[in-house]
Amino acid sequence: MTSFAATWPLLLTLIKSVVLLVVLLIFIAYVLYADRKIWAAVQLRRGPNVVGPFGIWQSFADMLKFVFKEPVIPDGANKGVFLLAPFVMGMLALSAWAVIPVSEGWAIANINVGILYIYAISSLGVYGIIMGGWASNSKYPFLSALRSAAQMISYEVSIGFVFITVLLCAGSLNLGDIVAAQDTRFGLLGWYWLPLFPMFVIFFISALAETNRPPFDLVEAESELVAGFMVEYSSTPYMIFMLAEYVAIVTMCALTTILFLGGWLSPVPFSPFTEVPGAVWFILKVCAVFFMFAMVKAFVPRYRYDQLMRLGWKVFLPISIGMVVVVAGVLQFTGWGAGMAQ
Amino acid sequence: MGGTALFFYLFSTVMIGAAFMVISSRNPVHSVLFLILAFFNAAGLFVLLGAEFLAMILVVVYVGAVAVLFLFVVMMLDVDFAELEKGFWQYLPVGGTLVLVVLIEVALSVGAWSIGPISIANVATPMPPGMTNTMALGRVLYTQYFYLFQAAGFILLTAMIGAIVLTLRHKVGVKRQNVAMQNARTPAEAVEVRKVASRQGI
Repeated sequence: MTSFAATWPLLLTLIKSVVLLVVLLIFIAYVLYADRKIWAAVQLRRGPNVVGPFGIWQSFADMLKFVFKEPVIPDGANKGVFLLAPFVMGMLALSAWAVIPVSEGWAIANINVGILYIYAISSLGVYGIIMGGWASNSKYPFLSALRSAAQMISYEVSIGFVFITVLLCAGSLNLGDIVAAQDTRFGLLGWYWLPLFPMFVIFFISALAETNRPPFDLVEAESELVAGFMVEYSSTPYMIFMLAEYVAIVTMCALTTILFLGGWLSPVPFSPFTEVPGAVWFILKVCAVFFMFAMVKAFVPRYRYDQLMRLGWKVFLPISIGMVVVVAGVLQFTGWGAGMAQ
Repeated sequence: MGGTALFFYLFSTVMIGAAFMVISSRNPVHSVLFLILAFFNAAGLFVLLGAEFLAMILVVVYVGAVAVLFLFVVMMLDVDFAELEKGFWQYLPVGGTLVLVVLIEVALSVGAWSIGPISIANVATPMPPGMTNTMALGRVLYTQYFYLFQAAGFILLTAMIGAIVLTLRHKVGVKRQNVAMQNARTPAEAVEVRKVASRQGI
C-alpha cells in the first residue's frame, strides 16, 4: 500500500498530462481547420468543406494521409539530425504546456519560475528549424534556417522585455500568480492589456514573428525559399513540423491570454459570469486571440527581411526598454508595486 | 529521496557522456548539439539543487542564445578538422597539465566544503528562509551588490560597443532606405498622372 501511496502523485501527473495532451491535440486540429476557414472566408472562398459536414474532419483526414505516405529522406541528408529535428520541435512545443494554468490551479506543474520556463522553451524552438534546415543538405532549407535563427533571436529580446514589465506589475514569475494579480473589481478593465497597452501590441506582433506566422513567415516564404526548412520533409516528419508550429501558435495565444487578458478570469466580475468555469473563459480568450492571428495572416502582406530586422531592433526594442523604465518608475513612485515587497 | 538520487545520476551520466561526445565526435555540428545536451543536463542538476532560477537562465542564455550562435558559426564556416587535429600529441602535455591542475583545485575546494563544516558558515549570503530563489537572488544583486552588478553591466556594454566599432563600416554609394522619408511622401510628389495619346507614348 505504501508503494501505491508513493507512486500515486506521479501516476496522477501522468494521467493529467495525457488528458491535457489529447485535448490539446484535438483543439489543434480544429485550430488548423479554423485557420483555413478564416483565411478562405477573407478571400471569398469556401475553404475545406468536403470531409464531413462543413469539412470538420479535414484535419484528421490530412493527418491520416500524412501518416500513410512514405517518408523520403534525401540521399545527402544527415539522417540522424534530419529525423531528430521534427521530434525536437514537437517535444519542445508540447512541453511548454506543462506550466500553463488553464484554470485556477489546473497547471500540471505549478512552478515558481513558470514564465521563465516558457521563455526558455520558446527560445529553443529555433533548434528544430536550424537542425532541419542544416540536415537537409540543400540550399533553400539552409538559407531558411539562417533566417529563422536571426529572426527568432531578434524578437525574443523584445518578448523578454514585455515579460519583465508584466512581472514588475504582478510581482511574481508564477503564471497563476500573474493571473491572480489581474483579479480586480474592475473586471475586464483591470487586466493588463489596458495599463500596458503598448506592450500588449508589441507582444502580439512579436508572437507572430516568434512563431513564424505571416506577415513574418520569411522562414518559409514560398516565393523565395519554396517551403523553407521543410522543403525536404515529407509524410510524418512534415506533419510533426506543422503540428509543432500550430502548438507553438496556440501556446503564444494562451500566453497572451494569461499575461494580458486575465487568464481564467471572467470579464465582468459579478455572479452569473463568475460561476462559469475558468477553463471556458480561458478557451474563449485563446480562440479570440487566435482569430486575430488568423486575420493577420489573411490580410497583411509579407515583410521584407530587412524591414523585419528593423522593426525588431530599431522599433520594438527601444519602445520596450523605455516601457520597462516607465513602468518601474510608476510602480516605485506610486507604491502600486507594493505587492512585490510583501 | 531515491527519486532525486536517480535523477542526479541520470543527469550527470548523460552530461558527462555528452561532454565526452563534444570533443570526440567528428562532425562539428554534432559537437555543438551534444554541447546543448550537456547544458540541458546541467540545468537539470541546478533544478535538483533547488536553484530553479539559475537553471532557467542557463537554458535561456546558453542554450537559447549562445549555442545558437555557435551553431550558426559552425554551419557557416568550413572548418578543416583534420588540420586542427594535427597538433593533438604536441599539445597534449600542456593541456593535460592544465586539466590536472584544475581537477586538483576543484577536488580541494569541494573537499574542503564537505570536510570542514566551517566553510558553509562563510558563504557570503545564506538563503533567507521563506523566500523564492528568484526573490533572494534579486535582493542580493540589486541591494547588497548593486554597484558591482552595475560595474559588470558596464564591462559587458564596453565589450559590446567595442565589437560593434571594430566591425562597423560605412560604405559609400550604397542605397539605403529611410523609412521616415518614405512615410513622409505624399501621392502628389510620388505619382504623376499623364494623358498618353494613342500610338505616341511619352
